[in-house]
Amino acid sequence: MQWEIVIGLEIHAQLSTQSKIFSGASIAYGAMPNTQACVVDLALPGVLPVLNRGAVERAIKFGLAIGATINSPSIFARKNYFYPDLPKGYQISQYELPIVEGGEVSIQIGESEKTIRLTRAHLEEDAGKSLHEDFHGMSGIDLNRAGTPLLEIVSEPDMRSSTEAVAYAKILHALVRWIGICDGNMQEGSFRCDANVSVRPRGSDKLGTRCEIKNLNSFRFLEKAIDFEVERQIELLEDGGMVRQETRLFDANKGETRTMRTKEDANDYRYFPDPDLLPVEIESDWIEQLRESLPELPHARRERYISNYGLSAYDASVLTSSREMADYFEAAAEQVPEQAKLCANWIMGEISARLKKEDMDIIDCPVGSTILVTLIKRVHDGTISGKAAKTVFESLWLGELKQDVDAIIESKGLKQISDDSAIEKLVDEVLVANAQQVADYRNGKEKAFNALVGQVMKATKGKANPAQVNAMLKKKLS
Amino acid sequence: MIRQISGSMILYYYFNIRLLIHMTLSINDVKQIADLAYIEISEEEANATLNQLSDIFKLIETMQAVDTSQVEPMSHAQDVVQRLRDDAVTESDQRDLCQSIAPQVENGLYLVPKVIE
Repeated sequence: MQWEIVIGLEIHAQLSTQSKIFSGASIAYGAMPNTQACVVDLALPGVLPVLNRGAVERAIKFGLAIGATINSPSIFARKNYFYPDLPKGYQISQYELPIVEGGEVSIQIGESEKTIRLTRAHLEEDAGKSLHEDFHGMSGIDLNRAGTPLLEIVSEPDMRSSTEAVAYAKILHALVRWIGICDGNMQEGSFRCDANVSVRPRGSDKLGTRCEIKNLNSFRFLEKAIDFEVERQIELLEDGGMVRQETRLFDANKGETRTMRTKEDANDYRYFPDPDLLPVEIESDWIEQLRESLPELPHARRERYISNYGLSAYDASVLTSSREMADYFEAAAEQVPEQAKLCANWIMGEISARLKKEDMDIIDCPVGSTILVTLIKRVHDGTISGKAAKTVFESLWLGELKQDVDAIIESKGLKQISDDSAIEKLVDEVLVANAQQVADYRNGKEKAFNALVGQVMKATKGKANPAQVNAMLKKKLS
Repeated sequence: MIRQISGSMILYYYFNIRLLIHMTLSINDVKQIADLAYIEISEEEANATLNQLSDIFKLIETMQAVDTSQVEPMSHAQDVVQRLRDDAVTESDQRDLCQSIAPQVENGLYLVPKVIE
């Protein structure tokens, strides 16, 4: 049977505020245990939550960036469950009237585009951390993380492969950093995914029973966990079994998912409006002010790169995968609009590869956009070959000769010979020395021509402009 | 596992079993709620609780009978809106003070009965 995979994602983005969502404690990462857990976070009797404007603002910005509805009023609810890293016995979250409802993003798979709809995005507080190492048979609780503002972003089940799920997660990851609401640090848990996965016979419009895979903190794990889970479910069904609705954990070491809890022992969270918090009214003036403050968004830039610079949809989406990369590209392309494609190739090729090798971000790229443009100009005006440009780039990266492109070309002797008379002399010499190949070419052997070009290039130690050599040879042999 | 949970907390649990409002409560429901709340409950207590809860549910049913189709749901009893605070760190480290009333601490952590299952 042909199976169709159905995936929806829930993404928790930690909002980049200074203080917690309902208290004035710091959310800085890496502090000593419980030094950032104040009486509100500890849920001592008599404390009350007071909502952080910064958290609400970031949620609204996200909603605006995906074209969603901003609910006003928006209300907070209690999600009840018992665990010691949640001292109140409930998490303050949103149920009815989440701050952000609807919206969509588009993902790029190769050259084709697909729209993924969002269900909602709501504000909530994070829980603390439980440490289960041996404390004389007890667990240790660190509540520094308790009360950290999160935006839970829920998608519709619109994805049909792990590739699409990863593309969607990457788009959101880029977007939250682009608009400055989350630092996106996945190692520190600032951006984590849960995946809802099910399969159904192709052509069916009924959803299969889904499993939720929790806490995937890298794109690679997200992909591996989905692939494993899909395989598992299909095998189960093809063997005549049933998928059980359950929550599963991904074991990164074994590359497999395993049962965490089944639906039967799932919590009934008993959501209800939190009487400690009043409905949040979001005035349209405030929304407009935030809309004004948003930078040009990735999809707008993508469209602009396609229409202004003639880039392919693929190139444009790679270049807009982070604001820093897009800024770098734009700074270069503005200087040489007609060479924008070359700028894109350099950024996506040589520069990205080198940055990856050194584990660096483009913001720290030692070769600035203006220097790159100079290099591209030298290739375009025929001063150096594309191959020589890579040698120059290496020099620039290492900061040689004060990153003076022309001085580097000079000192390495990379200048192409474009002087007609110099090339003509070499061509004549080659023609005399290779009479047999000249005869072969004249007898219709096209291959012999390439051999002659090769001979000339060799004689110039690769410094001649191949196009020029080609033209010259053609003229001489005609 | 038994945990200390206050009486008001238990009641609060009972009041929020939305799914059960239209159903007759069974002894198994009571046991499952107790289980979810990590409360050890004897057969006798379960039966007594079942009776008390059933009465509460009858009361809820009476209220449910009122036609509220034209009434906009209220999310708070007061007709005021939430005030927001500016995003600034206003709390300093009070760990020592807070931990002075904790039953058990170690290396800055609050210790609780082991919870891993």
